[in-house]
Amino acid sequence: MSSRKTLMLDKLTVSFDGFKALDDLSLKVDPGELLCIIGPNGAGKTTMMDVITGKTSPDSGAVRFGEDLDLLKLSEAQIVAAGIGRKFQKPTVFEQLTVFENLELALAGTRSFLKTLLARISPLQRKRIHEVLEIIGLSAQRDAPGSILAHGQKQWLEIGMLLMQNPELLLVDEPVAGMTPHEIERTAELLRSLAGEHSVVVVEHDMTFVRSIARRVVVLHEGHVIAEGDMDKVQKDRCVIEVYLGE
Amino acid sequence: MAAKKQQGFTIWTPTASGDRGGNIFLAILAVVAVAVPILNLVVPSSSALHLSPFGITLIGKYLCYGMLALAIDLIWGYCGILSLGHAAFFSLGGYAMGMYLMRQIGRRSVYGDPILPDFMVFLNYKSLPWFWHGFNHFGFAMLMVVLAPGLLALVFGWFAFRSRVTGVYFSIITQALTYALMLSFFRNDMGFGGNNGFTDFKDILGFDLHSDITHVVLLVATVIALAASYLACRAIVESRAGRVMHAIRDAESRTRFLGYPVESFKLWIFVFSAVIAGVAGALYVPQIGIINPSEFSPINSIEAVIWVAVGGRGTLYGAIAGAVVVNYAKTYLTGSFPDVWLYALGGLFVVVPLFLPRGIIGLVTARGKHK
Repeated sequence: MSSRKTLMLDKLTVSFDGFKALDDLSLKVDPGELLCIIGPNGAGKTTMMDVITGKTSPDSGAVRFGEDLDLLKLSEAQIVAAGIGRKFQKPTVFEQLTVFENLELALAGTRSFLKTLLARISPLQRKRIHEVLEIIGLSAQRDAPGSILAHGQKQWLEIGMLLMQNPELLLVDEPVAGMTPHEIERTAELLRSLAGEHSVVVVEHDMTFVRSIARRVVVLHEGHVIAEGDMDKVQKDRCVIEVYLGE
Repeated sequence: MAAKKQQGFTIWTPTASGDRGGNIFLAILAVVAVAVPILNLVVPSSSALHLSPFGITLIGKYLCYGMLALAIDLIWGYCGILSLGHAAFFSLGGYAMGMYLMRQIGRRSVYGDPILPDFMVFLNYKSLPWFWHGFNHFGFAMLMVVLAPGLLALVFGWFAFRSRVTGVYFSIITQALTYALMLSFFRNDMGFGGNNGFTDFKDILGFDLHSDITHVVLLVATVIALAASYLACRAIVESRAGRVMHAIRDAESRTRFLGYPVESFKLWIFVFSAVIAGVAGALYVPQIGIINPSEFSPINSIEAVIWVAVGGRGTLYGAIAGAVVVNYAKTYLTGSFPDVWLYALGGLFVVVPLFLPRGIIGLVTARGKHK
């Protein structure tokens, strides 16, 4: 399960009605790395995630996962199958289903209608669900419907659902927005524990959170990378200060 | 704190409460299947308890409508697909059965042509249109009862779902579908009897359609078909596929993101639902004795959706109960206060979503919990 593939974004450009959401963006995510992406609103963070996951197709550029996988040629579902999981900004767990059922649906494998009609949970799969419940700290809530979970718990369940698919690369969009300080701490711990075994890309506004988890930070502005390095280096960068302080 | 939250919390999932209610429903069906033959065939007609052939027909009609409601609830209640054209599949199944029944009339028709049904003689047909061949065989007709609605749903659904037509847009084009079919079937040159449709049926599989025993057998067949469809639908919604349908209903794009082929789930469940509706129509026609293009009329499909809403969306048996209750009310009101019915229907439209979002079944189960 440990991550072996490198994600390469090469000179991506995406424009919406003349507005360039991504402008010649190149980026590399090494196997097992925990990378944080920051940038002001409209910097292209979400568009970048959309391109990687196949929701948006770029005007030009390339996205490669590993040696020979061209993500631009795959559908959204195929990209998921290739090992890229995404957690959306707004937690969308299935409210009517229990925590356990949410994880069950996220299990890797069976996806066709007929197969799911006959599918039963194998002991191995059950064990995996319990492992993930343990990792995300929701073992006690396994039979509760998604709708009664607290905001932070929903975010963790979402991350758990990603883990059920054994992705090599996790894309996590604003995981701590709206969380209490305690929940933020728990989330940082969770993401740190996932790096290494998975590559993790986190998009986040919360600077203290980014500082607490990131080894490498990339700053996006107007669709391209303006700075990268560790948090201290990035915070001293003149371009970054200009963009953030509006010089 | 999290553990505390869990304690004493009772989960509501449709399947969990569906088991008990569903079993009660199956028991009621079994009682109907036993009681109707006894009350009609054994109890003498002088007795007050005797069930008239009209009574049997009425029950049969309600149960066929119940099956249509079941088909709608499967896709609407569980997968969030609101079809406002499901009466089209019901009618197609009915027409396929009607074609068989027309061919069974043979020489006993008014014009006495051994092959051509009366309306064809009247419209100067020289020979049987190609699509009428084979309908003299019961087995072939039954195959068409399944295939005609199933294939239409497959083609229509394939285009609609593939183009990601959802929500109200889907509902509107299903209305257009049934309306277009109604206009086509009204045309004399379609070869389906024009606005008169088919009627004056004589027998089915050699049994006289006017005898009590045939009515009883048809009713029992309807009960069996309804129970079998219910069990099939229940098996589907309780499987993992059922949980995927729930997921599609509540968060479609999220489900797609988990890698589920949402369009193919919708398509197969839509086709299955259309087939159930078609079988219901096929059972309806010999009991009612007539099928004509007005069965395709858009209002019929909308009424069927109201039955489901009244009964309780997302429970399966609730939809069937809704169909029976609303149609009983319709029979009563159109008989006793003919002017009131349309107002009552309109009132249901407004009152049910506002005050009974989970329908009659929701009301009953909520009462049960408070006790």
